[in-house]
Parts: sequence; C-alpha cells; structure tokens
Amino acid sequence: MRLPQRSITSMHELSICQAALQQVLAVASSRNMKHVGRIRLRVGPLSGVEASLLLRAFPLIAAGTRCEAAIVEIEETPVIVHCKVCGSTSDALANRLLCASCGAWQVALVSGDELMLASVEPAERQDALRERADV
Amino acid sequence: MCESCGCVGDTGHFEVSGSIIKARTDKQVDVLHDLLRANDHQAAHNRAHFNTAGVLSINLMSSPGAGKTSLLEATIVALRGRLSVAVIEGDLETENDARRIRATGAQAVQITTGNACHLDADMVHAALHAINLRPLDLLFIENVGNLVCPASFDLGQHSNVVLLSVTEGDDKPEKYPVIFRAADLMVVSKLDLMEAVGDFDPQRAAGYLRRLASAVPVIELSARSGQGLDVWIDWLIGKHTALRARQYGEFRERHG
Repeated sequence: MRLPQRSITSMHELSICQAALQQVLAVASSRNMKHVGRIRLRVGPLSGVEASLLLRAFPLIAAGTRCEAAIVEIEETPVIVHCKVCGSTSDALANRLLCASCGAWQVALVSGDELMLASVEPAERQDALRERADV
Repeated sequence: MCESCGCVGDTGHFEVSGSIIKARTDKQVDVLHDLLRANDHQAAHNRAHFNTAGVLSINLMSSPGAGKTSLLEATIVALRGRLSVAVIEGDLETENDARRIRATGAQAVQITTGNACHLDADMVHAALHAINLRPLDLLFIENVGNLVCPASFDLGQHSNVVLLSVTEGDDKPEKYPVIFRAADLMVVSKLDLMEAVGDFDPQRAAGYLRRLASAVPVIELSARSGQGLDVWIDWLIGKHTALRARQYGEFRERHG
C-alpha cells in the first residue's frame, strides 16, 4: 500500500536525509562543487531506514541547496551472516539471522546494517539547470 | 554542565565535515561515512558526560502503551534509598509522563518532540542541561513510544532496554527486527495480564529474539503486581556497579 504523501513528515527518514544533506554539502563545499550531480548512498535492511522513503524525502530537504538537482542512488546491501558455530558465511533474512548451513543463531552480521554516504559527484552547471527544467 | 568540554549546546560544537578517503579521477568523491555520524558524535559526547558523572543511562524503548512509565514508577520506588534516579521523558505532546515521574519524588525532564517520531542525541543533550547529573546514579531516557524510528539513533546510553507487553503479541521481535536487535535487555511487561491474553508465550518471544542473533537476557515482570521486578532491579544494580567499577579502574590507572 502506498503511504499518503503527508505521512512523510513524521518519518525518521526525514532526519536521516537532513544528516545526509549536511554531509554532502560539506563534501561539495570542500571540493568546490558548484552543483552536486549524483549522490550514492549504501543502505542495508537492518539499518532501520526505508530506502524508498529516503528517495522521496531527499528532494524536499535539498530544495534550494546545491544538491537540489542531484540524482540520489541507493545501493541496498544484502544481509549476510558469519556463523560462530560452523564458520560458514551465508545470506539471511533481516528477521531470521540464522546460519544457512547449520541453523545456529550464534552468528555475526557481516553486511546488512549499513547506512552510509558512499560518494558524491559534481554536476556541470548546464546539466544541473537542464535537469531542474525537466522536473 | 558543559564547561568541561566547552560546548554551548545545540549542534554548533562539532564538525560534520570530515576526512575524505579518496578522490577518483572522474571527479566522483568517495566518502564512506556513516550517515548518522553527527548524531553519533553527539551521542559519544553525552556518553562522556554520563561516564564522568558515573551515571548509568538506559534508553527505554517500546510501542506506545507497553508500560514504560509504569515500570519507571515502580522502579523508582523499589530503588528508593539504594540508587538515585532521574528520567528524561520523550513524547510528541504533553508533560503527563514527567508529572507521573515527579509524583514519585524523582527528577524528570519532559522533551516534547512535536512531530518527531524519535529522540536524537541533540535533544537528549539539551535535556541534560536541565539535570544535575552529579548526585545521580541512574538516568532513564524514556523514548517516544514507537518500535521503528528510535532504533536508528544512538542517544549516548549505556544500555538499550526494549519492552514487549504481553498484550502486543509474542512475534513483535520478528516484525520489528531492527529495534529488538539493538536491545541489551528485553523486558516482557504486564505479566499479570498474561492469563487474560491467553496466547502470549514468553518462550516463543525469546525464540524470535534469538533468531535475530541476539543472546541478551529476557526478564518477565509486572510493574503492577511486582512479580519479577526484583530480577529487573538486580540487573540495574549490577549494571550500575559495573559502571562504577570501570570508572574506579580508569581513575586508578590515571592516578597510579
């Protein structure tokens, strides 16, 4: 079911976007980027953050900044566990962190809880203007 | 309270920008920073305050109505004469919970978050300015009732405690894995209602928690009847004793 548009204001994804924007702006200004063209985030299912809500919230947060025309890409990382009992590494579900080989719950998370800014890419001013005009 | 670190409250005292790991030739700048590093930085700062003051801090999380405030009322009464307790209350609106805590004689600060669905480290830091930590042993941070959003934000607490009331159903850890995975202790609350509810199985709830690769203890209790409360009180006292011992050890190391 699609969430009603206004419910986004009470989502913690809005706070996360604010944090992301601050980091991107810091990188952009330290690299003298006039406009940010592309932002890559890395998000795991166990981060507690919904990638699709981040994508929807970002333009609201970034309006009026040098990120407003940026394309946000989210790499969703897989849930992977390492078994402390049998030593094997396997995929798992976010709510079933069990070893796929021996079924043990004594596992360590190898991947799946990431919430990271991966990279920032500048845009040429012309590109940024063109993209903004498309919206 | 922040003279020691020179901070002035709010967020102005830390840098968000940081080291950039490498820049690629095609102009893409690889960053690889945790998105919540500003919050994490503030949380570490809060934790330093707690450690300096020797105050054990507990972030109490659950869905709305799981009995967080009732548990705190019973806990404050049970710890009277043993540990000095204060509470930071987080709610969207009202001072109701803070009033209930103050009625027990403990210090309480209410944070009303308005629309925000969780507490963050900055809000807790602001509330700390209204609390004198020195005479305290134990600070509870009662988070906004919500099993989703609070899970992502470190507040600087020493331990996360997640309540699961028997009226909610024993499969909550399976439905909300992120918050239950963050728990250092799961408390099954409202045990006095278990018979009336009929189909809540504490063993099954603990089983779902284990499936999140969590080895943390589970305490079953009722704040109303007092059943199981002694186990919870012992857990708190144990944590507090361990914190003070660690603090003493560090003091000895520094001063010979």
